[in-house]
Amino acid sequence: MLAGPADVAGWRTAARSLLADGVPAEAVVWSTGGHGDLFAGADAGDAPACSASAPSISVPREFVELAGVGLLHSDPGRFDLFYRLLARVAANRTALGDAADPDLVRARALAKAVRRDKHKMTAFVRFREVATEAGPRFVAWFEPDHHIVEATAPFFVRRFAAMRWSILTPERSAHWDGADLMFAEGARRADAPDGDALEAVWRTYYANIFNPARLKVSAMRAEMPKKYWRNLPEASLISPMIAEAARRTSAMVAAEPPVPKKGQRLMSKPIAPLSPDGNDIDALREEVDGCRNCPLWADATQAVFGEGPDDAEVVVVGEQPGDREDIAGRPFVGPAGALFDRAAEAAGLDRSRVYVTNAVKHFKFEPRGKFRLHKSPSTSEIAACRPWLARELSTIRPRLVVAMGATAARAVIGKPVKIGEARGRLTTSAEGVEVLVTVHPSFLLRLPDEARKREEYDRFVADLGLAAPFVKAA
Amino acid sequence: MDIAAKLAILADAAKYDASCASSGTSKRHSAPVRGGAARGLGSTEGAGICHSYAPDGRCISLLKVLLTNACAFDCLYCVNRASSNVARARFSVREVVDLTLDFYRRNYIEGLFLSSGVIRSPDYTMEQVVRVAKSLRLDHGFKGYIHLKTIPDAAPELISEAGLYADRLSINIELPDETSLKRLAPEKDGRSVRKAMAGLRGRIEEAKAERRAPRFAPAGQSTQMIVGADAADDHAILKTSSTLYAGYQLRRVYYSAFSPIPDASAALPLKPAPLMREHRLYQADWLMRFYGFSVEEITEGGGMLDLAMDPKLAWALRNRHFFPLDVQRASREELMRVPGLGKTTVDRILSARRFRAIRSADLARLRVSLAKVTPFLRLADHRPSIALLDSGRLVERLVPPPRQLALAL
Repeated sequence: MLAGPADVAGWRTAARSLLADGVPAEAVVWSTGGHGDLFAGADAGDAPACSASAPSISVPREFVELAGVGLLHSDPGRFDLFYRLLARVAANRTALGDAADPDLVRARALAKAVRRDKHKMTAFVRFREVATEAGPRFVAWFEPDHHIVEATAPFFVRRFAAMRWSILTPERSAHWDGADLMFAEGARRADAPDGDALEAVWRTYYANIFNPARLKVSAMRAEMPKKYWRNLPEASLISPMIAEAARRTSAMVAAEPPVPKKGQRLMSKPIAPLSPDGNDIDALREEVDGCRNCPLWADATQAVFGEGPDDAEVVVVGEQPGDREDIAGRPFVGPAGALFDRAAEAAGLDRSRVYVTNAVKHFKFEPRGKFRLHKSPSTSEIAACRPWLARELSTIRPRLVVAMGATAARAVIGKPVKIGEARGRLTTSAEGVEVLVTVHPSFLLRLPDEARKREEYDRFVADLGLAAPFVKAA
Repeated sequence: MDIAAKLAILADAAKYDASCASSGTSKRHSAPVRGGAARGLGSTEGAGICHSYAPDGRCISLLKVLLTNACAFDCLYCVNRASSNVARARFSVREVVDLTLDFYRRNYIEGLFLSSGVIRSPDYTMEQVVRVAKSLRLDHGFKGYIHLKTIPDAAPELISEAGLYADRLSINIELPDETSLKRLAPEKDGRSVRKAMAGLRGRIEEAKAERRAPRFAPAGQSTQMIVGADAADDHAILKTSSTLYAGYQLRRVYYSAFSPIPDASAALPLKPAPLMREHRLYQADWLMRFYGFSVEEITEGGGMLDLAMDPKLAWALRNRHFFPLDVQRASREELMRVPGLGKTTVDRILSARRFRAIRSADLARLRVSLAKVTPFLRLADHRPSIALLDSGRLVERLVPPPRQLALAL
């Protein structure tokens, strides 16, 4: 005998002690007090007496949660079902793993229906404002399918704690006075107010947010079944809106294109000022963002140009911007850039006197879910980007260019270079600039073996050490 | 003009933005803590709530309005473009704030989705939009959901402030292809849209990484693409989406089938894009994000998705050698590719098969359509016919003949 149709705690206590006494599911008759239950009263005296302190039975939390929700269903067989399931779960904790078990499927279906009913209550309760001596009060009439009022009322407390409100339903009513939540008997529709002045404004919104050119009535009814309509102030508009939709749409399609309204002041895009000599670094930076010499611009966010003093003695060239550089619009800010900074400091290379840039200015990648996987630029993309590097170098006129990795080496020297053979030696380019080839820091990041990583890092620092005197000499 | 007349114009002007989500933000509530007083108004609970549905099948979760529909841009697909003859209106900051609170107290909405036509300058417009959110949060302690449209090229300080008060920020990419954007929306610049998205991603990540960093748009960013206003095919659209999801950590890309607007420009197609195309794009989007399909796999049959069948079935029919799969042995990734099996069902099957040999009655109990899955799946009591799997009849069996109603749309 439970205290009411939503008495989950009572069921739990009773079920535990019944189970402890070894009472089989077939022998239990569950009944709820009041509320016109068929067996109420008659069986109450015959029900097995429950021991007051129920022994604790260990069941998975998943079952407790499932039963807590599913028991609120209006199906009269729910107490039997969950008791049966409890007995099985108590005997075998893994019983909930068999997702195709008929009892479990049924229990999940009940819980799902209750969750949906609760969710629809949070969605479709419509408060109407009533003036009272103590100030405004908000009252709603709602008709849920299941015994969910107690379980859903806390949602309205969390949301509308600052208001005084009541939700009336045929079975139970919930009242909030600003400090306490109280439950009382059910009510009648006539107990709730029959309107609110703001509903006309709400209907105006509903009518105008609707797009008559895309009628999808079944999609609406799947989510907002007709049974709710009688308590929704906007629902009276649905039929006339559907009836009018086809006419409104064909009128829009048939309408002659109107004469455009004249005399509108349109906003013009700010035009970047062209720098007079057209070849200083800032002008190049503006220009490169519009580069369409290869297809890489389309998927990238922006071109990432070089950064550093425009009279630097040393220019360091990397491969291409990575994910972080593409987002920030600045070179060498990602993990490889951070490693380069560390190595440069170790090598005594004054980072603030170095200009850093990349052989290719747009990020090349392959989208993979939420991430972008780096892809090496092709020969033609390196070639397409080479003029930008050349203009950077001819503007800065460094004494040394450090090319990190095969892509950079190819772009600086103009032909394929074997890093292993060329690294760590100063050579002179055709243009008479000294060139130092070394590895790209991302190569170090990819090495799986820690010892090898340390060794390669030391070689990288040693290579960069060759560049340090070029800065110090200044 | 009274408030209802303004609302009619400014809701009508906002309805072409498909975004409606009110989910995925930080959890907040206004209930008293330890016997104190209520703290403001409102709550967010993780999952969003759709408070109503219109006959266009779209949910109504937020009060979706423009601050003004006056606009200095002339985007041809837009009902609010400068050269359109629609009636214009403008809300004051106070009017939007009061309307939001009045609707919210009656449980009509989860919060506000505010956008605006661009007036005077990007900064001026953005500032007005931010003032509404700021007033709701600071003057009224509003804890409901706020989605703000960000105006590309607005000052970084204004974007920071927007992210401080809003749950979600969005910028619409509008069209997948930059050349059609230039043609149809001459004042818009696809590059600055991408840069703005990159800027939002950077700030969202910063706010997440550092606990003490100021709040920034906890429900992330989203965008919208119009489908069928230009010649871009589904492959191009999905390719753009996958790039955007990967690059800017978007929560959602919304697809909006171009539909006739009042006072339409002569430069637009006369016919609306089929709603089914929009639906297929959403299905494909889901396959990419949750089912492990790549854009190439989805569109290997051609640039346009098949309107007559969903993209997962279309893939299966093109890749019959992949089937039949054994329900007892197939991996999670494989089962996810069976037409008719959703994510939850796959999880249930994986769990149940440790306890029993899955039979057709078990699948029926899990509410799986046997007609859909049995050609592809070997069960304890069912062996799929290889002849059927290889035959042309399979399509007829699985794809219902087109209904007259669908044609009418």
